[in-house]
Amino acid sequence: MKWFDYSAPESVSGAISALAAHPRARILAGGTDLLVQMRAGRKETDFIVDVKRIPELNEIRYDSDGLTVGASAPCYRLYAHADVAARYPSLARLAALIGGTQIQGRASIGGNLCNAAPSADAVPLLIALGARCRIAGQAGEREVVVEEFCTAPGVNVLGPGEFLVSLLIPPPAPGSGAHYERFIPRNEMDIAVAGAGASVVLEDGHFRSARIALASVAPTPLFVREAGDALAGKPVNEESINEAANLARDAARPISDMRAPAEYRRRLCAVLTRRALTRAIEEARGNR
Amino acid sequence: MPTTVRVECTINDETREFLCEPRQSLLECLRDVLGLTGTKEGCNDGNCGSCTVMMDGRIVPSCLVLGVESQGSEITTIEGVARGSELHPLQTAFLESAALQCGICTPGFIVAAKALLDRNPRPDEHEIRLWLANNLCRCTGYDKIIRAVQQAAATLQEAK
Ligand SMILES: Cc1cc2nc3c(=O)[nH]c(=O)nc-3n(C[C@H](O)[C@H](O)[C@H](O)COP(=O)(O)OP(=O)(O)OC[C@H]3O[C@@H](n4cnc5c(N)ncnc54)[C@H](O)[C@@H]3O)c2cc1C
Ligand code: FES
Ligand code: FES
Repeated sequence: MKWFDYSAPESVSGAISALAAHPRARILAGGTDLLVQMRAGRKETDFIVDVKRIPELNEIRYDSDGLTVGASAPCYRLYAHADVAARYPSLARLAALIGGTQIQGRASIGGNLCNAAPSADAVPLLIALGARCRIAGQAGEREVVVEEFCTAPGVNVLGPGEFLVSLLIPPPAPGSGAHYERFIPRNEMDIAVAGAGASVVLEDGHFRSARIALASVAPTPLFVREAGDALAGKPVNEESINEAANLARDAARPISDMRAPAEYRRRLCAVLTRRALTRAIEEARGNR
Repeated sequence: MPTTVRVECTINDETREFLCEPRQSLLECLRDVLGLTGTKEGCNDGNCGSCTVMMDGRIVPSCLVLGVESQGSEITTIEGVARGSELHPLQTAFLESAALQCGICTPGFIVAAKALLDRNPRPDEHEIRLWLANNLCRCTGYDKIIRAVQQAAATLQEAK
């Protein structure tokens, strides 16, 4: 790697000043994307701002507003957290699916989102869960919903000097459930050929609402609003699930690459959406 | 002007101080600056696990940690697993079960497996395989490694 300088500010304002002083700075969370990309020469910088010592970026907290996940909190802390395991089991499962044990010791959900890969496993679930991004910068704070955060492969809405502070996930509604399902040719440690995240809220055997998002089938993680909306008011049965799965498939805009041809990915979208919905429904039924 | 940074941390229960460039990984600092060459470099991109060390109670790929990030932290490397000349039961089991050939992956497997047994003294085979999914071995075909971990777990149980 090329030379760079390093600082590890201990406050949000400290990070804002460090970023203002170094216009070419890059932010370091777990480094499991950034350091790999810098070593491969795909990213360069003269200054690294390590945000892991900032309390707001490290906290995981549940209160009446929902779950706050600090942007740089590593995956293992999510699945080890009692409130996450009890109230957001889909998020705990997701954190245990990224990489392997060592990667989970470093990798953060915030880094997964900011890296803005189309294949980022956390993003479809965050969209399904209705998560919002809390962003800080010199001009103050702002919020962006996760489905609007990634704008192109590797690009996000953050302006110069801005960074992600935390993700806010609303409290789970009664009768709700969620799940992310991906397809990889191995059992562990691979990049999603396609993935689907779903959340549902059930009431009297019907869907009250649902949200569905896909990975690896568009230039950014893809929110398929119409697939979830189509479920609202429908009975919870195979026909409804298939209809939503087909809408998700039709919305996908996959490419062919070394991992899979586009048509294969399209079919996967229907299968994975069905599986994600089915598991989310199971969870919702246990959650009344 | 880029600067060299002074880092202080605890490595294998000893306070250590060293100078490094911010771009140097913890793996490079351990091997090239501190002379702790037990930790190995395989892929240098997080996939193979041969650089695994314990950092503040978690196993991490030291190739994806900057040396400067270890400021104030507690690190255990393969050099800290044996007690003097007394091998850890995992080390004995790896030797007795022939769970290694070239040995490049071995320090990473042992540090990772020790972290598993420290928190879960009786893992089943699935738990062992899942925990070690971030460790690759090009020689053994894994079965002997899994059996060595099971053997070590049994030895540790008997010793209790
Ligand atoms: C072996 C291996 C296996 C992997 N397996 C998976 C997998 O199964 N699924 C998956 O989705 N990914 C996987 N990844 C990719 C990576 O681990 C994840 O994307 C991870 O979540 C990234 O988080 P991080 O904390 O390491 O981010 P970093 O690498 O620190 O940062 C990622 C990017 O986001 C930026 N950034 C980080 N934090 C902020 C912030 N607070 N504000 C603004 N920008 C920020 C950084 O500048 C950088 O560009 C794998 C990687 C490796 C090496
Ligand atoms: S050398 Fe670090 S994971 Fe391979
Ligand atoms: S013994 Fe050679 S890589 Fe595992």
